[in-house]
Formats: sequence, C-alpha cells, structure tokens
Amino acid sequence: MNPNYLDFEQPIAELEVKIEELRHVGSGAELNLSSELDELKAKSSKLTEKIFSNLSPWDVVRVARHPLRPYTLDYLPLVFDDFDELHGDRHFGDDKAIVGGIARLNGESVMVIGQEKGRSVKDKVYRNFGMPKPEGYRKALRLMETAERFGLPVITLIDTPGAYPGIDSEERGISESIATNLAVMSRLRTPIVSVVIGEGSSGGALGIGVADHLAMLQYATYFVISPEGCANIIWKSSEFASDAAAAMGVTSDKLKELGIVDASIPEPLGGAHRDAPLMADRIREHVAGELDKLKAMSTDDMLEARYARLLAYGN
Amino acid sequence: MSWIDKILPSGISKAEGSKRATVPEGVWTKCIKCEAVLYRPDLERNANVCPKCEHHMRVGARKRLDLFLDKEGREEVFANIEPVDRLRFRDKKKYSARLAAAQKSTGERDALVAMRGTLHTLPVIAVAFEFGFHGGSMGQAVGEKFSQAAQLALKERIPLVCFAASGGARMQEALISLMQMAKTSAVIERMHTESVPYVSVLTDPIYGGVSASLALLGDLNIAEPDARAGFAGPNIIEQTIRQKLPKGFQRSEFLLEHGAIDMIVPRLELRDTIARILAKLTGVPALASLEAPPELAVDLTAVAEESPEGDGDSDSDSDSEDTAVQTEASADEESAVVDAEGGDDSDADGEESSALNSDDDTNDELSDSSASSEPESSEDDPDSNISEAEDSVDAENDPDSETDEESSDKKSDA
Repeated sequence: MNPNYLDFEQPIAELEVKIEELRHVGSGAELNLSSELDELKAKSSKLTEKIFSNLSPWDVVRVARHPLRPYTLDYLPLVFDDFDELHGDRHFGDDKAIVGGIARLNGESVMVIGQEKGRSVKDKVYRNFGMPKPEGYRKALRLMETAERFGLPVITLIDTPGAYPGIDSEERGISESIATNLAVMSRLRTPIVSVVIGEGSSGGALGIGVADHLAMLQYATYFVISPEGCANIIWKSSEFASDAAAAMGVTSDKLKELGIVDASIPEPLGGAHRDAPLMADRIREHVAGELDKLKAMSTDDMLEARYARLLAYGN
Repeated sequence: MSWIDKILPSGISKAEGSKRATVPEGVWTKCIKCEAVLYRPDLERNANVCPKCEHHMRVGARKRLDLFLDKEGREEVFANIEPVDRLRFRDKKKYSARLAAAQKSTGERDALVAMRGTLHTLPVIAVAFEFGFHGGSMGQAVGEKFSQAAQLALKERIPLVCFAASGGARMQEALISLMQMAKTSAVIERMHTESVPYVSVLTDPIYGGVSASLALLGDLNIAEPDARAGFAGPNIIEQTIRQKLPKGFQRSEFLLEHGAIDMIVPRLELRDTIARILAKLTGVPALASLEAPPELAVDLTAVAEESPEGDGDSDSDSDSEDTAVQTEASADEESAVVDAEGGDDSDADGEESSALNSDDDTNDELSDSSASSEPESSEDDPDSNISEAEDSVDAENDPDSETDEESSDKKSDA
C-alpha cells in the first residue's frame, strides 16, 4: 500500500503505477504506446471520478486530512504574490501554527492569515501540528487590526485539528483569545474572507473564521467536534467516527445547504492534492471575486450585513 | 407545589417541572466535598453552599436567578424559544428524543433561562444556564436566547448578567452550535462598543465553546469559588501531553492567578458585589440597600463550630502556588508528544461535553481518555481539587460523587 494514498484511492494508485511503467517502457522502445497510455489515463480519470463522486462524509474528512493535501504554506506562493511574513503577538511569542503576513492578490494588498500543519515530521512538530496556542490567535488579531488600520482586506485560510489543548494554552487563556477574536472579527472595519482549505476543527478554526464570506474547498471539512471525538462520547468508541461524520454533516455541500457556508469551491479531479496549482487558481479567482463584491459595499453596510448574518446563524 | 412554583409570578409556567416533585426526597444530604451530613432545608437556605466547608454545589437555572434577582418585579423573557433539530441528528437515539427527555426531566425548553428584573433596584437582564439540560450545552436555542437577551439589554441600555455552566457547544447541532459562539460574541461586542455592561459569572463547570465565547467576554468576569473553567477538558489535556495536571488546574483560583477573571466571589455575596460594581460602572449613586445585610445570607456561626473535617477546603488556597510551579515544569515538553490524532481529540474538549445523557455529559465526555490519574491524586490528598475534578469528570469511574451532587441539586430544586 502506498501510504500517500487513502484506501479508497488505492485502485487509482495502482493504475497510476501502471501508467508510469508503461510510460517508462514506451520511452525506451520503438513501440508506440501512446494510444494505450491515453486509454489508461482515461480509465484512471473515470475511476477517480467514480470514486470521488461517491465519497461518504467520513471519506471527505480523510481527504481533508490527506497527507499530500496542500497546506497554507503551499498555497501562499501559488495564490498570492509578494508575501512578507509578519511574526509575533507582541506580548508573548510567535506561534508557528499560524502564519500571517502582507501579500498581493492580483496586485491588491491583502493581509493573509492561515493555519499551518507542517509537512514533514520535523515540520509538524515545529508547527505544533497546526494547533495554535493563545499567542497564535493574538498574532492573528494583531494582524487583523493592522489590516483594519490600513484598509487591507483580510483573507484567512483555515486548516487545523483544533486549538492546542495543553497546560500552557490554558494558562495563557486560550478560551479568551478565541472569544476575543470572534468578538473583534464581528466588527472589523475591513472585508474578511475565510476559506476552509482542509480541516476546520471547532473553536480553533472559528477563531480565525468569522467572515463576510465563508467558503470551503469541496473536500474540506468543518465540524464542532472531530468525528472521532463525537464518536467517543456518543458511541463510546472512536470506531464510529464515520457514523459521527455522517450524523454531524461535516462536508461543504451539507454545510452550504444549511446556509452556514457560502460557497464550495470545486476541487480538481481526485482532490486538491492532485493538482495544487489548479486549486490555487480557483481559490484566487473565488476570493478575488468575493472581495470585489465586498469592496463595492460601504463599510457600514458590509458590517451590518456581517452582524445580521452572525445573529441569524441557525435561525 | 414546590417552592419555586410559589415564588414564580403566575405568568411563568414551569411546564412539566412539577413532575419531579414525585421523586421521594430525603431530608438529609451529604456534602460531596467534606462529606458532612446536611439538613436539606439548611442547605437550600444557604444557596446550596455547604454550611460546613463552603463547597459551592450546583444550582439549577431558576434557583440561580431566584437567588440573584430582587424578589419583586421579575419576569421571564424569551421563554418560547424552542430547540430545533435541523440536522435530524441521530446516534443510538434520536436527538429529538433526547431533547424531549431533557425537557421532561428539567422542565425547561432548553439550557438557558432568561429573566428581566432588578438587582438591588437596578434594572438588569439575567440569564442562567441549566446544566441539567444536556450538560448546559449551547445549540441554536441557547445562542438565540442569549443573543435576544443581549439585544434587549442593548435596547434598554441595562446590564446583562450571565451565569454560565456548560460543557460547551452542543454536538447534536454540529456546526450550527459552533456558530452560536460567533453569534453570542458578536452581540457582546456590540454591548462593549455601546457601553452597556456585560457581567459573566463563571460557575462550575464551563468548557469548550461556551468558555471560548460568551463566558470570558465580560466587562467583569467573576467566578464562584472552586469552579472549573477551561477550553479543553482535563482528560483531553492529559491524554495529549501525557502528564498529570497540576493541582487546582482550571479552578477559579488558577483563573484568577493567570489573569482570566477579575475576582472570585462566594455565591452569597454575588448579589451585593455585582450590584455595587454595576452601580459604579453606570453612574448610579451608592445603593442604600447594600448597607443592609445580604438578603440571602444565613447565620453560619451556629454550624461553623461543629465543622468536623475542616481540612478539605483549606487546600484550595495553596493550590494556586502548586499550580504555578508544576505547570512551569511541564510546559516545555508538550509539543513533542502530540500526534495528529491527539490533536483531533483535542478540539473535542468541551464540545464533547455537550452531548448526551443529560447531567453527566460534560464529565463523561471530558473523560474519554479515562486517564488513570485518579489513584495518584487521591493518594496525595483525597479532598484536593484535582481529585475531585477527576471523580466528577470520570462519571463512569465514580458515579457516586457526581450523582450525589446532581441529585442533591435536583431535589433541592424540586
């Protein structure tokens, strides 16, 4: 088994291996295998399409946590230009699980803030697996306030297994840091667009996710508690995570249907990890389009609409 | 007719709450902390604070508001807000069935009760969480009632006081619950910008989504003694960092020490303290009624002398010191041992608590790891804060401590 493929992706993996082999053989031989190759490629696409059109909510969660899934640091250079990272919360430290800075989106200045899980084992430890501590949320808040002062739109990329559950997190007020972000983001006088690019887990995700426009990538997931956690509590075993995922409705289409998420951005065939540049193009296009709409509104109207929407959640 | 029906204005229906009165009641109850045997009417007169060791036992939402507001001129508001099962959530049981059961057992429509009234004559809106209803978890109905209460406070420019006791966001309403955090925080922020006071009283326990939104956004954050409040449940943290938590972790004294709250105020002094501060905040001259002894106070001198096992409560003072030291030591090692899976569960924390089987949820959920810490901590000191936390948190391991408290609450409410 290829560890970079999920179990339901294995048939695709096998085909891909065949294609690779054939390509290898073909390049050395006189034979013209191109028609055979095309056929296999078509078969692979068809298979991928079939598998991905039929994903269960739990499968989607697993795609959202795919080991190859693009993270914030992968998207930054693909979606934006000219990114200058800004560090630190100015009080305690610089949380590596949240990356922020000023960049350009189609030439316009924007403040970008995203959670970063880290790719290699070393990275993951450095990034604390994408689990921010209070100083991460406070860094995000500081950057958002800077953006407000200079009239830059704020774009947040959400991808976290949750805020960090540790002693130091609690000592420094993780609850307060998230709560304050929710409060301030509700009235920040600049447009905010949030995109769930992978895993949006609970308050740790929402802590940078109060926005005028909330989008999810097609196979991203957003939940109030991880399906494993939910299963542990209700079913008394995390083996029921797939039931929990189905019961909670954790996918972009379901959340769009519920009116919580504004848009689901289609992913390339087989998921964002199969074509990160294409995914990045779609994110850029979508975010830029939404920012244009927001910029066309007066700030007061935009804030009233944001507030009204927050107050209407679930009603 | 129970006492609460007698004191409620006639317009307020207690729905099916009266059915509880059929449960036979003992006249005697036991303090879960000092184990003193208490005469129930005494305990009730003392606002469910143990007259011997001053342990603050839980009180239901209605009793809470009854204790807090002036007797005259109170009125329940937004009583008609009902929970909605928009996801048609079902696990082993339907959420709608769980809701119906919770409504029946508590007599409430959902986990928040809101009233308009006065506090030492100052007009206020007060809301209280009913922990007995799905662990006080916040779904749409709770978020909506809170936000309407806050909007009423804004409209009338009178203070809002919230008594939170909650396991977190309610799982069965999934992301709708999560968004109630954003909703309640937004309306509180509007109160802040319009200079309408918001007081958050933290009562045991508060975790997850409620902790990370409305409970810590007060102009004043006040905790009752020894209340537990935090983002992640203790067992989740222990599971993540693979270490024992320090004594008194996430207790009121810890919160005060770390700057999260303004003060710790005993239940019997909440009325006076909040009234005094609100009067100063809102430019009201000193209130004459505050000169008088607090209405709810009872004479504690009679029982104080008999107090047999006094050591239980003295711990809490020293705990905060221990905490500071031990946590320093443990802080560095955490990240190394986390794995992605640990992270997943992590966010679970409070929200998990939200869930199911009524009262014990929080504790259940917070305890998925069922960490083995209990024996150690009880060796140390059976009365210590942490061991009690574990006890009540591990409902399965030790149902007694929890049910004791719960049942005493229920009965005294009835």
